[in-house]
Amino acid sequence: MTAKGRLFGLLTGGYGKEVPPPPGPWVEGVDGRDGARRSWVIDDEQVTRAVGALRIAIMDVPLPEPFASWFAARGWRVHPHQLAMLAAARAGEHALLIAPTGGGKTLSGFLPSLIALASGPTGGLHTLYISPLKALTVDVHRNLEQPIAEMGLGIRAETRTGDTPPGKRRRQRHLPPQLLMTTPESLALLLSYADAAALFGGLACVVVDELHALAGTKRGDLLALGLARLSALAPGCRRVGLSATVAWPEALRAWLSPRAEASDVRVIECRDERAPDVSILQTSQRLPWSGHMAVHALAEVYRAIERAGTSIVFVNTRAQAELVFQHLWYLNDANLAIALHHGSLAREQRRRVEAAMAEGRLRAVVATSSLDLGIDWASVDLVVQIGAPKGASRLIQRIGRAGHRLDLTSRALLVPANRFEVLECRAALDAVRARTLDGDPPGDGGLEVLAQHLLGMACAAPFASDEMYDEVRRAAPYARLSRTDFDDVLRFVENGGYALSAYDRWRRLERLRDGRLRVASRRFAQRYRMNVGTIVEAVTMQVKLKRGRVLGEVEEYFIQGLTPGDTFVFAGEILCFEGIHETKAIVTRAVGGAPKVPAYAGGRLPLSTHLAGRVRAMLAEPEHWRELPEAVQEWLRLQSDRSLLPGPDDLLIECFPRGGKQFLVAYCFEGRNAHQTLGMLLSRRMERAGHGPLGFVATDYVLALWSLRSVDDMPGLFAEDMLGDDLEEWMAESSVLKRTFRNVAIIAGLIERRQPGAEKSGRQMTVNSDLIYDVLRLHEPGHVLLRATRADAARGFVDLGRLAKMLARVQGKLVVRKLAKVSPLAVPVLLEIGREQVGGLAYDELLDEAARELIADATGQSLATSTTG
Amino acid sequence: MMTAPITLAGVDLWPTIEGALWWPAEATLMVADLHLEKGSSLARRGTLLPPYDSAATLALLSRLINRLAPRRVVCLGDSFHDAEAVDRLSADDAGLLHALARGRQWEWIAGNHDGAAGFAGLDGEVATEASLGPLVFRHRATVAARTGEVSGHFHPKARVAVAGRRIACRCFVGDGQRLILPAFGAYAGGLDVFDPAISTLLSPGFNVWLLGRVRIHRLSSRRLHRPRCVTVMR
Repeated sequence: MTAKGRLFGLLTGGYGKEVPPPPGPWVEGVDGRDGARRSWVIDDEQVTRAVGALRIAIMDVPLPEPFASWFAARGWRVHPHQLAMLAAARAGEHALLIAPTGGGKTLSGFLPSLIALASGPTGGLHTLYISPLKALTVDVHRNLEQPIAEMGLGIRAETRTGDTPPGKRRRQRHLPPQLLMTTPESLALLLSYADAAALFGGLACVVVDELHALAGTKRGDLLALGLARLSALAPGCRRVGLSATVAWPEALRAWLSPRAEASDVRVIECRDERAPDVSILQTSQRLPWSGHMAVHALAEVYRAIERAGTSIVFVNTRAQAELVFQHLWYLNDANLAIALHHGSLAREQRRRVEAAMAEGRLRAVVATSSLDLGIDWASVDLVVQIGAPKGASRLIQRIGRAGHRLDLTSRALLVPANRFEVLECRAALDAVRARTLDGDPPGDGGLEVLAQHLLGMACAAPFASDEMYDEVRRAAPYARLSRTDFDDVLRFVENGGYALSAYDRWRRLERLRDGRLRVASRRFAQRYRMNVGTIVEAVTMQVKLKRGRVLGEVEEYFIQGLTPGDTFVFAGEILCFEGIHETKAIVTRAVGGAPKVPAYAGGRLPLSTHLAGRVRAMLAEPEHWRELPEAVQEWLRLQSDRSLLPGPDDLLIECFPRGGKQFLVAYCFEGRNAHQTLGMLLSRRMERAGHGPLGFVATDYVLALWSLRSVDDMPGLFAEDMLGDDLEEWMAESSVLKRTFRNVAIIAGLIERRQPGAEKSGRQMTVNSDLIYDVLRLHEPGHVLLRATRADAARGFVDLGRLAKMLARVQGKLVVRKLAKVSPLAVPVLLEIGREQVGGLAYDELLDEAARELIADATGQSLATSTTG
Repeated sequence: MMTAPITLAGVDLWPTIEGALWWPAEATLMVADLHLEKGSSLARRGTLLPPYDSAATLALLSRLINRLAPRRVVCLGDSFHDAEAVDRLSADDAGLLHALARGRQWEWIAGNHDGAAGFAGLDGEVATEASLGPLVFRHRATVAARTGEVSGHFHPKARVAVAGRRIACRCFVGDGQRLILPAFGAYAGGLDVFDPAISTLLSPGFNVWLLGRVRIHRLSSRRLHRPRCVTVMR
């Protein structure tokens, strides 16, 4: 049955009544019984349900002219969800569209505004569109200009981002377009001007694109606060959210609501019922025990690229991207056009790759998450995922890049790099088939983001603190904000908020006679505007060819680790570091050979809880192993013979001696961040108990520690109270906390990235944030910024939430296995030792180590064991 | 633990873990770059850093003085972050400074941050340079100094790469002719010893004394990690 027929059947199956067209929403189609055209009035509820039940939809909708003719001329039909969005707009309701990638999601957000503006034009700003990516605003603008021009609608649509020239930006504030496409940061800026009320007073609609990627992040927190302000300025403004499929639609509804109430928002859910064609590469090569590069399988990946039309090869880190790209290039006998795309490459280079991709000139592009969002390329027909996908939702998004249209099936190939990743790929594949998603709902908003917002509000107009408290709590991330926290944040903005009120003379906010607050000087407003935003980037340096062009940017710390003559892979080439000139790293092309410095780290995501649970369940049920490669089955059988397999909800701990050390391997499956924290905390306890811990290494699946003496009291070691004093002590000293504090201090406006007159690099910031952290922690441990830092760390690097849940879950369920030697399942993690940076060693021991090397150098003894990893 | 002193012009000097220099034979304690009231200095321009830096710096200095009971304290310049900083000292901090100076000789070497009138109302002598035995104390090292120069100003810091980690810490740096002290102030940042501003003052085989958390580690410059290998390219 054709899709059209199916829709017809559905509508005649009870929803539709045959009536003459208009008024009200209706659909029109060909009656399958007799081939006649008929119209049906359906109520909004029915449209919503119809959309939810349909895989794809082909309907003829009598849109008002000139829209109907325009659609018809292009051979396009309106998707039911576009119709449903129109229905929500007519009813004046806030609407959240949840739909898979593709399928005209963005147009469905704009269509109601275009129709409204075409029939009754308004002078001022009518619709604001917000997307997380500058590139996406440009793309969406281009896609909108076409229908606007072709239909002769005469609607003014413009973008506004950090790249918009100052003259145009000024003009936009006085003479705004009817549709404005912008980013959360640019919105925050616009809201900080005194004319914000005039600019936004008549706003009819705000559309937030890729909402799933914003909610739950600091940018999302800032946006939620900005939306709360918009609703205060324009109470009639309707909110529209566009989101990919998420595990927590209710939380997203509440996020979008102007009162943080899920019930305010109509949900239009468009499920993708195409079964994606996902498979795991069955390699003929030996399956590696460890590593993340999947080099063994790249020849087979190359052959898959050869067979496909256009492919995207997704990897997890920039280092992987570089390496995979290089290997594919070696293998490229057929001279296929293969390109590289990641966030560190020069912008022009990325744009060139994107353009070549859009024009269909590429056969494959190797990409990191820099291609996860946004721009549409319908022509991709194969997505390859190298290494484990880490999360089911992320995998589904990536698979969605292939056949990026609702009526095409996505084809994807998963390429596990090691044995554990085979399990993870299998779990992900099962999750995709079962349509289960992962991810946590957005949590409470950061206090540092609130601080930034409050300063911005004080720049725009004086406000009363009671009213402002009510306003910010209408933003979902701050719905639970206590008055104490609010007051502390406000006091921080005002005068630093220190118990020692030393800075009353240098307040940033002044109190008017009626008690309202406003920014104390134009200088502060100017500085606020230079530092707006929550993206704190690592300090980067440009990489430039000697007497040549800029290739891209890498983190400064990576360059600091190089000495002239070192070779490394970047932008798909082996480069030789020559030195630093001004603020650029100067390189030359290296001649042949392997790079000396393997790679630089780039954002690695921890394994999601959802996938971890699936991997655990799979291990515990041997009947599910049949679908795994023989080598992996054999590995698991050996494990169950020699030791045990981890159960679905216990915690298997193996202890064995090796190389004169005592090893402890815990199969936690809670992701790298949580394991790293656990490793730190266990090391402290083992130190205190006299076990002499020597180091640990954490992977996404396993934590391995080694010590001089073995541990006897395992339940004591893993007792939940480690989250008390041990954690406090560790957090106090940890560099993780210092890094978090730096980000929090920058977002809150304690430290400024940019000051008028000088573009400063992060390293030249007014005062080293580590020093501020030390002083503040000692003298005012309860300061609001330290509270914000702890909250942020608990969510991020430290992943305390997951660790706490695991410790609670496994109390009384520790399965301790004492072995004579290493078990098969522990081999991969032991192979990571030396490859991974080993944590847990004390600072002064490391410095002593440096001194010993010096002595060895001086006395001419060779260093049998190199300490650099 | 430090097992050997730093010998300069035949004099044995002991670096302390806090970043001060102790000359037992003369019972003289040297500190550089206290940068008192740096916090409030920035606060005047709207950067509201925690206002506890002077208290933190003076508490550390106070602990050292109580432990070593020096006859003489030499502050090697940039003791105050700006010319008005003395006036902004809290009553408690000013009182502590006064108590510390009581019963001992106190020398303020003027630095580029300390204003001309910067030491008004404080105990102690103010000088641009001072000498004692074979040592000469000044704020900023000079290129043509004779042996025995002790100075501050540069806030030296050095990096070591060990076991795949890079550790950056404050340090003393010296080449046998001169010794540069790390900054003592709680908010005083650092400059890498390979920055030309420092390295061009020193002969190539210089040494650093890194301040670890509990120990001081002496290393040759050759063992250090060079962060910015500045090569002039045209």
